[in-house]
Amino acid sequence: MTVKAKLEVKHKGLTFQDLFLKLAHFWGKQGCVLQQPYDMEVGAGTMAPETFLRVLGPSPYRVAYVQPSRRPADGRYGENPNRLYKHFQYQVILKPAPAEIQDMYLKSLEAIGIDLRAHDVRFEEDNWEAPTLGAWGIGWQVLLDGLEITQFTYFQQSGGIELDPISVEITYGLERICAFLQDVESVYEIRWTEDKSYGDIRLAEEQQLSEYSFDRSDAQALRAEFELHEKESRELLEGWKHLEGNVGAPTIERIRYPLLAAYDHCLKCSHLFNLMDARGVISTTERAALMARVRTLACRTASAYLEQSAEAKSGVRG
Amino acid sequence: MRAATKTSLKKARAGAGKAGASSKPGKRVELLFEIGVEEIPAGMLPRAVGELKTILEKHLAAESLNEGVAVETFGGPRRLTAWVRGLIAKQADVENEVTGPPKSVAYDNAGAPTRAAVSFAEKQGVALHDLLIVKTPKGEYIAAKVVKRGRTAHELLSEILPRVIHDLSWPRTMTWTGLEGARFIRPVRWLVGVLGGKPLKFSFGGITAGDITVGHRFLGKAEIRVRDFADYEKKLLANGVIVRPAKRMEKISRELESHIKRAGSGIRLHKDPDLLQLVTYLNEYPHVIEGTFDGEFLNLPDEILITVMRGHQKYFAMENSAGELVNTFLAVINLAKDPQGLVCIGHRNVLRARFTDARFFWESDQKCKLADYLPKLQRVTYESRLGSYHDKVERMRAIARWLAEQWFNLGMVQAHVADADRAAELAKCDLATEMVREFTELQGVVGGLYARAQGEAEDVADAVYDHYLPVGLDDPIPRNLTGCAVALADKIDSIVGCFSAGVIPTGSSDPYALRRAALGIVKIILDRKLPVSLSLTIGAAAKALLTHPPKKAVTPAQEAQVLEFLLDRARFVLREKHGYAYDEVNAVFRAGSEDLVDVEKRLRALKAVRKTKNFEPLAVSFKRIRKILEKANLPAETAQHVNVDLFEKDAEKALYAAVRKAAGKVSEDKRAGKYQEALDEIAGLRKVVDQFFVEVMVMAEDEAVRKNRLALLAELLREFTTIADFSELGGEERK
Repeated sequence: MTVKAKLEVKHKGLTFQDLFLKLAHFWGKQGCVLQQPYDMEVGAGTMAPETFLRVLGPSPYRVAYVQPSRRPADGRYGENPNRLYKHFQYQVILKPAPAEIQDMYLKSLEAIGIDLRAHDVRFEEDNWEAPTLGAWGIGWQVLLDGLEITQFTYFQQSGGIELDPISVEITYGLERICAFLQDVESVYEIRWTEDKSYGDIRLAEEQQLSEYSFDRSDAQALRAEFELHEKESRELLEGWKHLEGNVGAPTIERIRYPLLAAYDHCLKCSHLFNLMDARGVISTTERAALMARVRTLACRTASAYLEQSAEAKSGVRG
Repeated sequence: MRAATKTSLKKARAGAGKAGASSKPGKRVELLFEIGVEEIPAGMLPRAVGELKTILEKHLAAESLNEGVAVETFGGPRRLTAWVRGLIAKQADVENEVTGPPKSVAYDNAGAPTRAAVSFAEKQGVALHDLLIVKTPKGEYIAAKVVKRGRTAHELLSEILPRVIHDLSWPRTMTWTGLEGARFIRPVRWLVGVLGGKPLKFSFGGITAGDITVGHRFLGKAEIRVRDFADYEKKLLANGVIVRPAKRMEKISRELESHIKRAGSGIRLHKDPDLLQLVTYLNEYPHVIEGTFDGEFLNLPDEILITVMRGHQKYFAMENSAGELVNTFLAVINLAKDPQGLVCIGHRNVLRARFTDARFFWESDQKCKLADYLPKLQRVTYESRLGSYHDKVERMRAIARWLAEQWFNLGMVQAHVADADRAAELAKCDLATEMVREFTELQGVVGGLYARAQGEAEDVADAVYDHYLPVGLDDPIPRNLTGCAVALADKIDSIVGCFSAGVIPTGSSDPYALRRAALGIVKIILDRKLPVSLSLTIGAAAKALLTHPPKKAVTPAQEAQVLEFLLDRARFVLREKHGYAYDEVNAVFRAGSEDLVDVEKRLRALKAVRKTKNFEPLAVSFKRIRKILEKANLPAETAQHVNVDLFEKDAEKALYAAVRKAAGKVSEDKRAGKYQEALDEIAGLRKVVDQFFVEVMVMAEDEAVRKNRLALLAELLREFTTIADFSELGGEERK
């Protein structure tokens, strides 16, 4: 009898943090750089420079990282068991995409404890598009017994630029996967560690940030901030255009030129846009216009970044 | 392809004639061809399977390999397969005579070959002494008999198959190896090409074909060697893949049926043929499992439950004999079985989460009334130049009221102006609700459900619910008159508004689905037999656009453009859906197209009368009359008085008398809506018309007589083309 009691105490499935670790371990072995989350607000792992910029240009790259992703409009004051202001994505980029990538991905599911023969895993059409990034790709959502657990995409374009080689992006929805593994009904019940729940760690953040973005943010201030960041990004991009030198004749000025800062400001704009959207102060027309403004920054950064990285590779002269 | 072979020409010469074949009945072989792909979107597969067959047949025909051949194609998420039986192993040899330069150029005076002859012989790959002299109308020329050796199917297919893959068309393709690489719907990962037991040599997108296929992801082996189709089908089945879609569909249907039986009496499947097809193409080894959900979710409307189950999860819903949903669902999984029931638990949990979301929306949306969402529509743009949905609603109200009033005045007692106004006011409110944001396909439906739950009049709630209908030509139209008014108002406002803003459908670009809106208008009018004047309705929409924001004036030219756009759709519907011939539709439209219900009535009469013996000959005469009048520069529409004193022949008098007599009867019948009787009456004129043309020379010397005869014909045409202009009938079907 005591044996049975012990079995009941033993919880099912990986803890939230073990899930991160297992995935990191798996993808590390596939030659991925194990990056850390980008230190700014982003709506998705795709927006982090480790994806958005790295997929541009010819250099092979493999990277994996957790990315906290903020989507203010999805906040539910911590009251909905499945929807979050902020969730965690596990983001993997393989450039170029290897031919056996689907199998590789399925092995990663086995690595986190999913028995592929006892579950219904399938790839269902779902093409991905990020209009504010000028990015789109072809792929699927991966369903595990009907639950969307991963977005699997062959990038075709990023920053308005046709990609060559093609990168594959694998984005795991960590809360969903973990709730599945642990067989719990609410994300807040997920065991983050053996003695701390997801709710213990994150509930207050969900409550407060939902309250902020839906009810208390200062729409005028957000708008002003948007303008400010957009201006700075644009000016940096203008500066690049007028900088001395051209491709093939890189100078230290060009290599040091802060295009990455221009992109950071673009990311700020994107997040501010999301905040204004959640606050309900954007009309549909204005929405399209604001998105186009963010896209312009992203696309201009992408093409400047391509020039700069090509020059950096060719080495500094003079 | 034109390269002439230089070997053993003499042997091949045995053949005869200009392009004679010289092969004995060849050996027949079988081809197995498979394109292995990462998961192809299920919705695209049925079309792709059909296209694979056509393209393959086309290429085989181009190489004369198609005779007596049977091509079958199959498809599943990870593969497209072709099975070709009865292929000729080798093409027949073909002998051709190729003409070269004139003899006078090819040989000098001494009869020795010149450079021209030498290079011609070289080019054709024949020896100088094998050159022939042929006589042509232009003189004597040298020629060579060239044999094009038949190539083997093995060689040809190695060239054809990559082209077949390339030629398959998809809505949107991708590259997986880079910009210079191949394009397809998803990455191609393996290729099988086996002809008569031997692997073919070809490649596509960097993949080399062979005789190795791949089994089910989880139920099969990753490498399976195959000899022919029978072997392939058998081995794949053993490896978790049912190759033929028909067999997969049959398996699903059978299993669905057995679950239904076990569920007990009165329980049946909520029918969904599209879903059955979809799951057939979503799974390589379909298996049906059954799950249940908490019965308290059944308090949500069926529409919402079904949308969640079907649209998002692709589950079949079950209902009792009263048509009410029960708390059971059937899911199709891509596994042979679910022994531990884990898959079932997973699906059940997902469904619960989805239903919980839906219930949350259902409750939180209704914390305020549907009408309270109206101000929020000010923030939802319809089209930048046409303002918000709030503006659109104001215009829809004006048009719907106008329509209802028209109908009421015409004695349609169900027409209710206040209801039409209220329904139009509420129609778009659900666009601001959480439920529609989550389930966009339920727009209208959600509004209707909320309206009903909140105690709006049933007539109004149903109208809100239905007003997007019909979406396709096979869809039902709104169930009540108020719904028809709101649906018409919504659609005509979209069309007139967009045309006035210059957003006019071209080719494949129709972002506001205006063609669909126009088809919807036509279908509602025809199916419900509504008295709607197209041009007045366009006018009402134009007026609404002027008096309500954006207060935009619509030009007469734009109104005419909209009318033509609607009529064009109407012609299409009458041809494609009602089965009228091209010329019948044209004939009837020429006699007036303002009232589509009347148009349809006239068409029906015309179609019936057309089969009678007098009709077609009469139509020919009418065509002749129109030509005569056109030639005389005297259109039938210009009034001319007939002077009986100027008649010379009996046939003229007889015709005139017959016309006068019939005209009275015809206009009487027409007024009474008895089109068929009227047309019969007209058809009865055949004899006198024929006689007229036998006896009377229209273009008489005497100008007065001639003009009088032309006037008689003009009157004939004028009187009897008000139902349909018969001169349009017959001749070529134009598209």
